[in-house]
Amino acid sequence: MHAFEYRRAASLNDAVGTLATDGDARPLAGGMTLIPSLKHRLNQVSQLIDIGGLADLQGISVQADHLWIGAAMRHQQVADSAEVARAAPGLAQLAGLIGDPQVRARGTIGGSVANNDPAADYPAAVLALDAVVVTERRELAAADFFQGFFMTALEPGELITGIRFKLPRRSAYAKFKHPASGYAMAGVFAADLGAAGLRVTVTGAGGGVFRWTAAEQAWAGGSSVPTLEHPDLLEDIHAPARYRAHLAKVMCEQALRQLA
Amino acid sequence: MKISIEVNGKAQSLEVEGRTLLVEVLREHLGLTGTHVGCDTSQCGCCTVLVDGQGVKSCTMLAGQADGCRITTIEGLGGQSLHPVQVAFTECHALQCGFCTPGMIMSVTSLLAKHPNPTDEQIIEGLAGNLCRCTGYANIIAAVRQAASAMAGSAA
Repeated sequence: MHAFEYRRAASLNDAVGTLATDGDARPLAGGMTLIPSLKHRLNQVSQLIDIGGLADLQGISVQADHLWIGAAMRHQQVADSAEVARAAPGLAQLAGLIGDPQVRARGTIGGSVANNDPAADYPAAVLALDAVVVTERRELAAADFFQGFFMTALEPGELITGIRFKLPRRSAYAKFKHPASGYAMAGVFAADLGAAGLRVTVTGAGGGVFRWTAAEQAWAGGSSVPTLEHPDLLEDIHAPARYRAHLAKVMCEQALRQLA
Repeated sequence: MKISIEVNGKAQSLEVEGRTLLVEVLREHLGLTGTHVGCDTSQCGCCTVLVDGQGVKSCTMLAGQADGCRITTIEGLGGQSLHPVQVAFTECHALQCGFCTPGMIMSVTSLLAKHPNPTDEQIIEGLAGNLCRCTGYANIIAAVRQAASAMAGSAA
């Protein structure tokens, strides 16, 4: 790693101020992606401002019409939360499938969503549960937030404070894990949002999370899940696009079977 | 920067760089070389230690992030005698080369703290972050079962 300063933020304002004045500073929460990328020298920073312990970013609560999860909540905390299990069981299930126990003990939901890895799990839930990504300066609808391969609507220095999820009637997640990394080769989140309709989202198979409208229509109509057709399917050393398209169909069937 | 951590019950005050990793503090500053660095990319779990009782990969945590925390390494697990997990690994022959063993044992300790009587599925999931290239895992799983029953017996 190149040298950098490390400092715990005293407050959200302190962190935002530091990021605004130093363009090479970056926020650190769990560090499960950022630290490896610094170790590989894929990334270089002047300082890391640790926001993981900030009180403003903690907490899980269920309100009348939404579930709130603070940005610094660790994957294991979400997986173990009785509130999440009651309000959105697919989300608790998803959190428990991320990485491995050591990674879940450190990684945070805000970090995962801000990073928008095309094979990360949380983006599938954020998009399927029609969530709002709340930052210190504004609110962003999930559909506007994710902008493909590691890209989001976040501005430099903007910090996610938490995510507001719609409460689904039913929800489930199915994932085929890459056996070494634990990332999704294909992950499918299915959510029944009641009056707001049925949503099926796919992660891991494409260059970024996306809604799979053909599967939503099939689910609504009670017909069988089609093979995934998408213009931007990943094709790499792990699997060709055709394999991932098939895997997405199988994962969709598994998710819907859990809801049957 | 200065950090204060408790390692195996002993308070330590150390001068580190911002980029210093927790595993570097343990191995290089404190000479606790029982914690291994296998892959250095947070895959293998050889560097697993307990931070405030929770298993984490010390190659992917900055020393600064551990400031104020209580760390347990393989050297501090058993005290004067071997910990029941260490005994079970010995008796079940849950290792061959032994490189992954310290991390494995710390993960098992973290797992048993959460699930004192784990199912096979919970054992396998609990060790998903630790790789062993020798044993094929069968004896490791047997050791977890034995440690769980030994610890349940000593708690009763």
